[in-house]
Amino acid sequence: MANPLYQKHVISISDFTRAELELVIDTAVMLKTHPRPELLKHKVVASCFFEASTRTRLSFETAVHRLGGAVIGFSDSGSTSLAKKGETLADSVRIISSYSDAFVMRHPQEGAARLAAEYSSVPVINAGDGSNQHPTQTLLDLFTIYETQGTLQGLTVAFVGDLKYGRTVHSLTQALSLFGCKFYFIAPQALAMPDYLCDELTEKGINFEFRDSMEEVMDELDILYMTRVQKERFDETEYVHVASKYVLTPQVLENAKDSLKVLHPLPRIDEITVDVDDTPYAYYFEQAENGVYARQALLALVLNESL
Amino acid sequence: MNKSQLQVEAIHNGTVIDHIPAGQGIKILQLFGLVQTHEKITVGLNLPSKALGAKDIIKVENTRLTAAQANQLALFAPDATVNLIEDFEVVEKLQLQLPEQVEGVFSCPNSNCISHNEPVSSKFRVRAVSGQVRFRCNYCEKSFHRDLMAV
Ligand SMILES: [Zn+2]
Repeated sequence: MANPLYQKHVISISDFTRAELELVIDTAVMLKTHPRPELLKHKVVASCFFEASTRTRLSFETAVHRLGGAVIGFSDSGSTSLAKKGETLADSVRIISSYSDAFVMRHPQEGAARLAAEYSSVPVINAGDGSNQHPTQTLLDLFTIYETQGTLQGLTVAFVGDLKYGRTVHSLTQALSLFGCKFYFIAPQALAMPDYLCDELTEKGINFEFRDSMEEVMDELDILYMTRVQKERFDETEYVHVASKYVLTPQVLENAKDSLKVLHPLPRIDEITVDVDDTPYAYYFEQAENGVYARQALLALVLNESL
Repeated sequence: MNKSQLQVEAIHNGTVIDHIPAGQGIKILQLFGLVQTHEKITVGLNLPSKALGAKDIIKVENTRLTAAQANQLALFAPDATVNLIEDFEVVEKLQLQLPEQVEGVFSCPNSNCISHNEPVSSKFRVRAVSGQVRFRCNYCEKSFHRDLMAV
């Protein structure tokens, strides 16, 4: 039986059903424990970064190599002739997709991946389109949460920091809402979770609450998802006041459950102090490593009818 | 016959679009390309209205608004009434229903949306959220209030 992701575009996490998310996670688990270096044999994957994003690109390209595939592409459209010649994205996609079996793309404009899917003859995988979607980040987050907790069902997750602009937070709450999780949103007023997303969660009957500090909910949490509060969003005195409240130190973790894990999409700057790294709660580096397995799983499913 | 109908001449055959919020009348004429029909069109702007305070009204001779056009009209004037006239009599009242999608009508308010620089027409999913019409761009996936949508 063909898997439901075979030859599908991967544009937005909201296109996934719960069963499809579970399939990707199960496949990532399988590939992490039992490498399959032949799954993309004789396949060519285009890795086209119209905007530089080194870690995401290296993670995708590693995933292709580990499955025995070949990579073509570019790491920054500034270094190609595409930008200089003024070709539309639609035309670039038509041509590049004719060379490849799958098209991984990163683009600075929102909606670029959805548009590419209209012109591509092969599956398009969105590696980030402006401030819009970055579905593989969400898949690796889900995989990591599953790996650390053994389930996605009924977890209590706190999101901390910049919840207004953090697209990883937006997508992850959307995805976790399929699994009956409870959310705490902890953010400065100016960076609160957007109303339209809260409305969506309410419509779906999801249990979420706003809280002022991590300490007051720490003992209930299964996952603490940290993000960065950017200095630029505040004036200096305000920043000093705001930042200290959203910095994770070992002291803040005092009442945590033993099974709590701290995640962060990285790069972290100073919102998690380095001494947290040595606690059993830190899991953000493993999370980044898991990005490769999640992307391997996705590529393997999109390009193989059955595994 | 009520007062506002008296202010605009009755038509023999055609369509009367009434109870348009004041200020939307001209936009609707352009949107449906009614001006290009060469038929006689009577337009009333800023007429007194009990329900709306002020309203616009459009009467087009020898033209029947289609159901699809009536649905598009709902985007601009959700409470408008559309009467089809034959021989000075109302023979049909069209029901306005929000369309599920609008294509190529509005441009996306998000200036960083890819739809602006590529050979595609804009597409929005239309949804009513607690009485308010919201437009969700097919490309950038952002949601917009009606007032932000430019034709
Ligand atoms: Zn858009």
